[in-house]
Amino acid sequence: MTIAITHLSRRFAEFRALDDVSLSIAPGEFVALLGPSGSGKTTLLRILAGLDFPDSGELTQDGRDLLRVSARDRGVGLVFQHYALFRHMTVFENVAFGLRVRPRARRPSKAEIADRVDRLIKRVQLDGLAQRYPAQLSGGQRQRVALARALAIEPGLLLLDEPFGALDAQVRISLRRWLRHLHEELHLTTVFVTHDQEEALELADRVVVMNRGRIEQVGTPEEIYQQPATPFVFEFIGKSNKLPVRIQNGRLVAGDQRLDADGLDGAADAGAIAYVRPEHLALTPTPLESGWRATVRHIYLAGSIAHVELDVPSLGQSLEAELGGEEAQRRALQPGAAVTVQPRHLTVFPIDGKTGEPDPERRRVAHPRYGQAALARWR
Amino acid sequence: MAAVVSAAPLRRHRPIGRRLVHGLLIGVALGFLLLFLLLPLAAVFVEALRKGLGTYVAAIVHPEALAAIELTLLVAVIAVPLNTVFGVAAAWAMTHFDFRGKALLGALIDLPFSVSPVVSGLIYVLLFGAQGWFGPWLQAHDIKLIFAVPGLVLATIFVTLPFVARELIPLMQAQGSDEEEAARVLGASGWQIFFRVTLPNIRWALLYGVLLCNARAMGEFGAVSVVSGHIRGLTNTLPLHVEILYNDYNYAGAFAVASLLALLALVTLCLKTFLEWRYGSELAARAPRGH
Ligand SMILES: Nc1ncnc2c1ncn2[C@@H]1O[C@H](COP(=O)(O)OP(=O)(O)OP(=O)(O)O)[C@@H](O)[C@H]1O
Ligand SMILES: [Mg+2]
Repeated sequence: MTIAITHLSRRFAEFRALDDVSLSIAPGEFVALLGPSGSGKTTLLRILAGLDFPDSGELTQDGRDLLRVSARDRGVGLVFQHYALFRHMTVFENVAFGLRVRPRARRPSKAEIADRVDRLIKRVQLDGLAQRYPAQLSGGQRQRVALARALAIEPGLLLLDEPFGALDAQVRISLRRWLRHLHEELHLTTVFVTHDQEEALELADRVVVMNRGRIEQVGTPEEIYQQPATPFVFEFIGKSNKLPVRIQNGRLVAGDQRLDADGLDGAADAGAIAYVRPEHLALTPTPLESGWRATVRHIYLAGSIAHVELDVPSLGQSLEAELGGEEAQRRALQPGAAVTVQPRHLTVFPIDGKTGEPDPERRRVAHPRYGQAALARWR
Repeated sequence: MAAVVSAAPLRRHRPIGRRLVHGLLIGVALGFLLLFLLLPLAAVFVEALRKGLGTYVAAIVHPEALAAIELTLLVAVIAVPLNTVFGVAAAWAMTHFDFRGKALLGALIDLPFSVSPVVSGLIYVLLFGAQGWFGPWLQAHDIKLIFAVPGLVLATIFVTLPFVARELIPLMQAQGSDEEEAARVLGASGWQIFFRVTLPNIRWALLYGVLLCNARAMGEFGAVSVVSGHIRGLTNTLPLHVEILYNDYNYAGAFAVASLLALLALVTLCLKTFLEWRYGSELAARAPRGH
């Protein structure tokens, strides 16, 4: 059951909620749609469910045009952002709804419905709550009723819109593991909307990062984290330092440093924006010939990781670095200590001459060489 | 309602001057109610029974009175269901669809509230009366609207048009269409969605609206007075019958029949209060509008 989304656009008046979105979802895949508020995640999900329709573009399932199939007949399981449980029905009736409204020919018998609903209620661990009304349930319980209700129609495609949005961190974590198990057990194809990157990176086979109605990047969680394709993804996922740099004669000029670097072969001279993750900054207390001079402004330990905030006068900005807590102790890093900062690698987006924006198409990953021969001090 | 709730914890700290004002206001309001509502209501029953139970019963079982009761019920039985259907459909359209002229529809629904009932009646006479726009055509086809039962029904429908829709729109707006969309994705048809999801969610507000609509339909005087023609035993509804009796100096009879209407008002009030007390939360969407 491959779902193909091609060049989908959806406008509300002049506003582009979805702008030329293409994506293909393989059978059994767990896909996370990740993006800030208003990026079009719900809009895309609603189109997949048949509750909304695009202005242009195609949506097919194994080659069949899904846009011609009404929401009623798509057989999609949808869990709404705010659950949308039927407030005047008990948990049992909520879960049974999708079976009870079937045309007589396809409707299971009463006993069969009761049996299936009971099993679903057990599966989502709500035993004993079948006769409660939604108003008498906690947020996490409502969430699971919504899920059971969606699963009752045995959907091929399960769509979840920020299902854990309203829950506290503890419950979220246990529910997301449980959801992942469920997905595997039932061989579902799942599309999951979230604006919590941790959730997306932990759960999904593939993550789709959306921004302003467009897809910024599609990739495995590892790819998304390790090789962000655009400045937006860099800033949205994980922590990063953003530096203004220049590419000059195949070297990277940043602050008072002119770094020889692999990965810049043939890059035209241009201004650029470079991103570097905190864990990719090496700190040394001894002054080295290459690397920025910096002062530790602040340091704090979170578990086994030490977060270090650095003042870098030559860059005119501060940087954030991360290293193992033990290492930080070993190197006697304390507020006020002088250190040398060496980026191990940076992702560089040259600035496009015409638009003045960093250009993701010309993205480079620069690995500075700190060998003695390659050292060069900025004159 | 919110103000009452939040004021409660403050009561202890309220200074004496404020308490005095508070008491004074409540006193004025209650006095006003007593003077202008309860007293006349009591007077209706006192006057009705002044000449004894026999006269009272006689006035009510009088053929003309019975005909008026019958006609009033008939008009209500036609007008109320029609306006219920219209109200539900209009409220659904107003809250679930985006279309041109939505604001206009909203304003039109309110129109009967802002037009004097007498004027509404006159409009029907102007349109369908013997000298009216469609008068000749209607006469040619031997259809009688004005000074006949259909005219009464039309005028009543017009006057009571807003009640159900106005009751439902804010509630349905507050509830949104999430549940209906959920039902659709689960495979429900339009009718199934309406009867299994929408209707149960609005039932108490709907009943409330129907109740008010009915009270007005049975009690309406101005508009029906214009289109009725006051043909005794034929086109007189209860309120019109009261007027006729009164003009005939038959006070006991007038008050006896009026007491029926007063009784209707009391029953409506009781049911309404019961609904508000028992299902207040499901009607609660009205609260922000300060109804
Ligand atoms: N029916 C509508 N009419 C007008 N604009 C809409 C409508 N639905 C969505 N939008 C706009 O489209 C944009 C995308 O909305 P969408 O609900 O898809 O965002 P989202 O990514 O789900 O955000 P969130 O994380 O806050 O749920 C928003 O700017 C929203 O204002
Ligand atoms: Mg959303």
